[in-house]
Amino acid sequence: MKIGLYPGCSMKGGSREYKESVEALAKVFDIELVEIPDWNCCGATAAHNLNRELSLSLPARIMALAEQEGITDILVPCAACYNRLTVTQHELAKDPSLCTKVASIIDLKYKGTTQILNILQFIDKFIADKLEAKVVKPFNYNAACYYGCLLVRPHAILNFDRVEDPQSMDNLVKKAGGTAVDWAFKTECCGAGMSVSRTDTVARLSGKIMKDAVDRTAEVVVVACPMCHSNLDMRRPEINKYLNEKIDIPVLYISQVLGLAVGIDAKTLGLNRHMTEVNLPEKPVKPAAVAEKPQKVVNTQKTEA
Amino acid sequence: MSSSHENHHPLSLSGEIQMDTGVPINKCYQCGKCSAGCALASEMDYPPSLAMRMLQTNEPLQYDKLLKSMTIWLCVSCEMCLTRCPMEIDIPTLMDYLRQKSLRAKKTNPQAKKIIAFHKSFLDSINYTGRLYEMGLIVDYKMRTGAMAQDVAVAPKMFVKGKLNPIPELIKGRKKVAAIFNRVHINKEGKQ
Repeated sequence: MKIGLYPGCSMKGGSREYKESVEALAKVFDIELVEIPDWNCCGATAAHNLNRELSLSLPARIMALAEQEGITDILVPCAACYNRLTVTQHELAKDPSLCTKVASIIDLKYKGTTQILNILQFIDKFIADKLEAKVVKPFNYNAACYYGCLLVRPHAILNFDRVEDPQSMDNLVKKAGGTAVDWAFKTECCGAGMSVSRTDTVARLSGKIMKDAVDRTAEVVVVACPMCHSNLDMRRPEINKYLNEKIDIPVLYISQVLGLAVGIDAKTLGLNRHMTEVNLPEKPVKPAAVAEKPQKVVNTQKTEA
Repeated sequence: MSSSHENHHPLSLSGEIQMDTGVPINKCYQCGKCSAGCALASEMDYPPSLAMRMLQTNEPLQYDKLLKSMTIWLCVSCEMCLTRCPMEIDIPTLMDYLRQKSLRAKKTNPQAKKIIAFHKSFLDSINYTGRLYEMGLIVDYKMRTGAMAQDVAVAPKMFVKGKLNPIPELIKGRKKVAAIFNRVHINKEGKQ
């Protein structure tokens, strides 16, 4: 099976382990990922903050290139890129004159027919059914699944999962043999692109996320976005300084968690590339690991009933 | 800004913004859920619900305060305000609009210099290579802000972990990407 892949810039640099683990996981399930030829950056936050037309044109060029290749489904593992591509498709579909204008800016034909999939949708569509049968090393840990902002918002456009208490990543962790802890910061903002320009802000926002995760007994935080990962992982020294305590639990991509469970080795999944060392203790596999266990409730605050 | 005294069909300030963005500013009834959920509200000069009220006044003075505010640059577009707004008012789109107006009117808050520099360095990289070249972005950002010492300690570890590419990836169609920048009127110094 061939699926288009838009890796985006982070996955070629700072979060290459995300790309490595997504590709390794796809291979186990006989899915061939075909990179969109000569793709460009989606423009990210910078483009939509500074210039609306640019913020629509850059993603439109990517989708137009995929259309040229006859690609129907595009996997976009980076949550930020996924958001920009999906929002662009929506904006251009509802405004034909804007669509014509953008097509002339990018100087390419654009139909807007490609299906954009985030990593969780991709796994749900092509992998989830076959996952449990392939689990050889259950991921027997308490995991705080962190979705962040851009996978779930704006809900009216993305129409993905529950907006305040999403479940798709939790369900995958459970299928991999882990326990998804109930916690309050699933969709709170980590500080996003302010890592460099306002590091203090990122330390505060990401600090609250990490603090709640460990308070709820998480042994690992699981993410689906390179920006979330870099803020929670690379900015850990700043986070610990803000919290005035030492949090050393690792942050893994969902593709790494599933990869470990189906028996892919740590190096292939790029676990050695994280800035916060991944030292998950070996645990005996409990027979009931796959079943849902009652949570140890630390406090009763919930974001949604 | 519309000249409401001479025009036969005067458009208020908020009406004009609604025309440009499609966002119905007058639907806000000040419940405050946006500010309550906003991750950055505590650092803002005007939290989102107050910004909405300022736009509703239709006072040029209040509009000007927003163009000069830190609020518009601190907003990270996490979209929580829109998610929780009972009237589904798209505040993030208004923030994008106000940022672009502020830039064009040259009214950006001096304290937002680093945030804007980062965005401009980011776009510069795309304009030159077609993609984001992370190392180039950081060097360009340091040149713009003078923050030479920032994150120097973390760079060697990132390099060892294979997270920093010393050489940018140049796409074949970078002239085509540069042409996109030209058509939306951004030059290679990130100016519009």
